[in-house]
Amino acid sequence: MVDEILSFEDFTFKYAGLNAPTLRNVTFSLKKGEIAVLAGASGSGKTTLLRSINGLIPHMYPGEYSGKVVVDGRLVADTPTYEMASKIGFLFQNPENQIFMFTVERDIAFGLENLGVDRKEIARRVDWALKLLDIEDLRQRSPSELSDGQKQRVAIAGALAMGPELLVLDEPTSLLDPRTAHDVVNLVKRLNVELGLTVLLVEHRLELVAPVADKLIILADGRIWKQGDPQEVLNAEGIHEVGLSAPTVVELQRQLRSRGRWSQRIKLSVDEFYLEASKAWP
Amino acid sequence: MAIIEFDNVSFRQPSGVMALKDVSLSIEKGEVVAIVGGNGAGKTTLLKHLNGLLKPSSGSVKIFGRDTRDQSVAELSKKIGLVFQNSDHQLFSETAEAEVLFGLRNFGFSEEEAAKRANEVFSYFGLDGLRQRAPLTLSGGEKKRLCIAAVMAWNPEVLVLDEPTVGQDFPSKNRIFATVKQLVAARKTVIVVSHDLEFIWPLNARTVVMNRGQVVADGDPQRIFADGRLLEDAGLRQPQLVALSKLFGRDASFKDVNDASEWLANR
Repeated sequence: MVDEILSFEDFTFKYAGLNAPTLRNVTFSLKKGEIAVLAGASGSGKTTLLRSINGLIPHMYPGEYSGKVVVDGRLVADTPTYEMASKIGFLFQNPENQIFMFTVERDIAFGLENLGVDRKEIARRVDWALKLLDIEDLRQRSPSELSDGQKQRVAIAGALAMGPELLVLDEPTSLLDPRTAHDVVNLVKRLNVELGLTVLLVEHRLELVAPVADKLIILADGRIWKQGDPQEVLNAEGIHEVGLSAPTVVELQRQLRSRGRWSQRIKLSVDEFYLEASKAWP
Repeated sequence: MAIIEFDNVSFRQPSGVMALKDVSLSIEKGEVVAIVGGNGAGKTTLLKHLNGLLKPSSGSVKIFGRDTRDQSVAELSKKIGLVFQNSDHQLFSETAEAEVLFGLRNFGFSEEEAAKRANEVFSYFGLDGLRQRAPLTLSGGEKKRLCIAAVMAWNPEVLVLDEPTVGQDFPSKNRIFATVKQLVAARKTVIVVSHDLEFIWPLNARTVVMNRGQVVADGDPQRIFADGRLLEDAGLRQPQLVALSKLFGRDASFKDVNDASEWLANR
């Protein structure tokens, strides 16, 4: 159990005032150092699932709650949200909502100052986070004048300076342009590998995130539709019916399979597929 | 006949930043044009010049042969329908039907004519089921299609869509794509601004690439999408089908997945 950072056990939640549960019988877990992608069409229950991790559910949103959500060995329902906040770093779509100090340095220090961390320790962690995200040159800049990609890096640095066990990113790239989005996803993967950081990344653009995922969890109508190895989940029938599309390169391999021309493992990126194809068809 | 003409347009923001630099662009009646580029490339600034919301700092913009400096925004909006990125900025009525009627009344259509046109667009875009719904309760994709219908109701010659796929999931992207195809079928002049090249590629439309306020490429989508370096520099990512075509040494890029799998299977 020790190595499980996050687990949902037969979790069902119905908001007060609604007729039907928004999440039903959700069971999954995330081991230490894993990077999982959570995907689902609009209205599939992603937001509710995230609220159940940081404790907004049940502490702020009343309703019928059954099953368990456990973060780093603590039951979310029995833990005050401020305690959860020190275990989980949360990042949202719009970094503007999370950045508000006059300099990047002060912004990264903000959460630590709030926790009353010792000043020397704050300085040490801020230096560490700036270096880790390769934004030391932005230290004295005003966050408001940064590019969108830089802002998202500052927000990630602020979350990591708190030393979370789990980093949860809610569509962190939806406002970024495609190349910057790709850079941010690769950055998250690097942090995952270098720090052994456990990551839950919410994103529906699977061509962008599937290649970095250890695990893919797909929600549909409040239930887990499929979860597991991204290759297998993306190769499952019916992904369109749950409002998602597999990356084009995966669709292509599925078609080649049905033509009897591809028996290899499904590759998740264009480059990997090309490499494998060059070996298969010399 | 060119109905939109940008002649050496530059635009300096109040902060001093040059958001557009020497942009020259000419769009013919009935053309379908994709304007692509990363964040901050100047795409939205360019759009705001189309209906006179912004006027060039130097150079000129002519719509139907007349300088935008000599026309009011209201006059221009009749000819150029803009659908903004954030639908919530466009929708404010109590029902979807009232939303469509609002624009029509605003442009001075009689009640009878307004009702007739509202009927037409709801049915053309398959939105009849939403007529009595409150716009703010609609899904992101439904809102987007309602915004398009509301603009189409007054029948502008040009329809401009600013980042129509941002925040949309796969089914609504598909429906928005089908809606764009309907505009093309209705022989409208259509301008789609986007950084989502997976969405733009199947349109197979003339493509204008913007980077740091400048037009850095304009023309044949086959040629432009094949240039991965140009796209990367502009903050974009090449569509997977195009990247695959290149890797496998094809001259023409794969049109769609079927095309790619057929070609690869017969290799």
